[in-house]
Amino acid sequence: MTARKSERLLNLLITLLVSRTYVTKERLRSVIEPYHEANDEAFEKMFERDKEELRSLGIPIEVGYVDRAFEDEPGYRIERSAFELPDIDLTPEEAAVIGLAARVWQHAGLAAATSDALVKLKAAGVTVDREALNVAQPQLTADEPAFEPLWQATRTRTPVRFGYRSSTATRGSTRHLQPWGVVSVQGRWYVVGHDTGRGEPRVFRLSRIRGEVEPDGDAGSYDVPPGTDVRALTQTLAPPPADRTAAVLVRPGAAHGLRRHAEPTPDGEAPEGWERLSVRYGADEAFADEVLGYGADVVVLEPDEVRASVVRRLQAAAT
Amino acid sequence: MTGARDQVARLLALVPYIRARSEVSLEQAAADFGVSPAQLAKDLNVLWFCGLPGLGMGDLIDVDMEALEGEGMIRVSNADYLTRPLRLGSSEASALIVALRALREGSDDDVRPIVDSTLNKLEAAAGDGAALAAQVDVRFPRRQAHVDELRERLEQAVSDKRQVRLDYYVPTRDESTERVVDPLRVVHADGHTYLDAWCHLAEDQRLFRLDRVSSAEVLDTPVRRHAGVRPRDLAQGIFQPSPDDTLATLRLTPEARWVAEYYPVEDTRNERGGGLLVRLRVGDPAWLTRLMLRLGDSAELLEPPDLAEQVRRTAAAALANYS
Repeated sequence: MTARKSERLLNLLITLLVSRTYVTKERLRSVIEPYHEANDEAFEKMFERDKEELRSLGIPIEVGYVDRAFEDEPGYRIERSAFELPDIDLTPEEAAVIGLAARVWQHAGLAAATSDALVKLKAAGVTVDREALNVAQPQLTADEPAFEPLWQATRTRTPVRFGYRSSTATRGSTRHLQPWGVVSVQGRWYVVGHDTGRGEPRVFRLSRIRGEVEPDGDAGSYDVPPGTDVRALTQTLAPPPADRTAAVLVRPGAAHGLRRHAEPTPDGEAPEGWERLSVRYGADEAFADEVLGYGADVVVLEPDEVRASVVRRLQAAAT
Repeated sequence: MTGARDQVARLLALVPYIRARSEVSLEQAAADFGVSPAQLAKDLNVLWFCGLPGLGMGDLIDVDMEALEGEGMIRVSNADYLTRPLRLGSSEASALIVALRALREGSDDDVRPIVDSTLNKLEAAAGDGAALAAQVDVRFPRRQAHVDELRERLEQAVSDKRQVRLDYYVPTRDESTERVVDPLRVVHADGHTYLDAWCHLAEDQRLFRLDRVSSAEVLDTPVRRHAGVRPRDLAQGIFQPSPDDTLATLRLTPEARWVAEYYPVEDTRNERGGGLLVRLRVGDPAWLTRLMLRLGDSAELLEPPDLAEQVRRTAAAALANYS
């Protein structure tokens, strides 16, 4: 069964690809054996299904008129330039890079997509030898169940709805979103888009999505606003660059974690039993969190904002 | 019925693949396509009946069946209809481009220009198919390159069954310790990469977060066997509280509700004003003290009293440094 159908699909494809003009349905029926063996109704059904199946593979089947003077009989064709992968000329090292990239995704659906792409490139004459390069290979994981539906929704521009509970909300709510893109920050996935319920752009963390992500409209029913920079919209998610400096006192032999991003300040004065360090950090509150984790082994001298935040929280915890 | 669709997809790549190489062994082609040689032989049988249909037998693709059955070599002729593979679909192109970008982030100055030129060529070839890639962004933690390098070495140690000497930083105890471990496997969870191993220092199974490993030396000594020790199931997350752990009760203000999402809690109860009462298992009192100091006045430790007293004493001692 499978073989017969594959044969039919491939023959339909070759006929449409080779023809310079649009091929009418009747013509197709006369040259493709299973079509002219079928009765009218069976042929129509078979032909419609076959077209859809080829299109689902990404094959562009155009519909047009054979003769512009008599626009009564539509025909079909496949434009070769839209069908074929353009020339891609890769050096052996570049081919090795492609081979390594094909192993990056640890997500079943995307791993399959990259290996399909790799097969096409091999078919275009690319020979992949991964050993040609010595690179530590990154891995991209996407364990969140919401990842695949949101990737597909972004790809097809399909509005979605899902249950969501933010970190501060008491209970979850249903959100309606036109997804613009998906972003991974520090190993966690987020979706950014236009929240139609709130009427503004929003970012959602995929691990906080509850239940299924469901379509909430037709594919292609919205446009991503021109000039949208998904990266910039999610900039707030990334930790700020460590461009601030704090002066701290540390007990000798303590606070190893802090020392990993600290430098000694030899000319700074330190009381007996303390070392003075200079520490690079990004955000005041996050740095205060880190300092508090060392209890009585670390003292913040400056900046004042961090010192005040630490003191305020210690006072609360001490009473 | 998806069988035919997949088969057609494969054949559309298989024909130009063979043409580009004039002849290929069945073994090699099966490996390149990720299917069994038997499946590929079936695919080639379909091809035998394909071509430009029409008058009589039409103009069919010719597969050299003798060479296939005899030497296991694939040769195809009269297949000029299919000289190039199908263009890349948007999912294929984007998945590959995003993967290349990830590779670029971790690569050094020698390799980065090669990744860049590959990206340019691929984007040009993919055309519109590459558009989705602009809507996907991946940002790795700062120490990612270190973690990637470490992961590869540790995966090798797992498959070679060799012991590893680790220098590992334990944040709850704020110390770096050297230990010899028997690696079980490398695993991802919650955005981090871990080594699951038997630790000879703790004499127990432990998870080591790779970005906290400052050095790892693969030793010549083989791993020891440990009865009943199996890689952990991390489906429930990294923090797996033990029933022997102390049960603590915390009152959280609305700002501190995130605690209940971040750590596994036994139960929660909503309070008036948006606060939350939670009970959680505490394996290491130092961890809870650290958390309570961070939370300041947005949380109160109600139970057990001895732990609450320890938090107060630590806070008072730290506060004394500021007076």
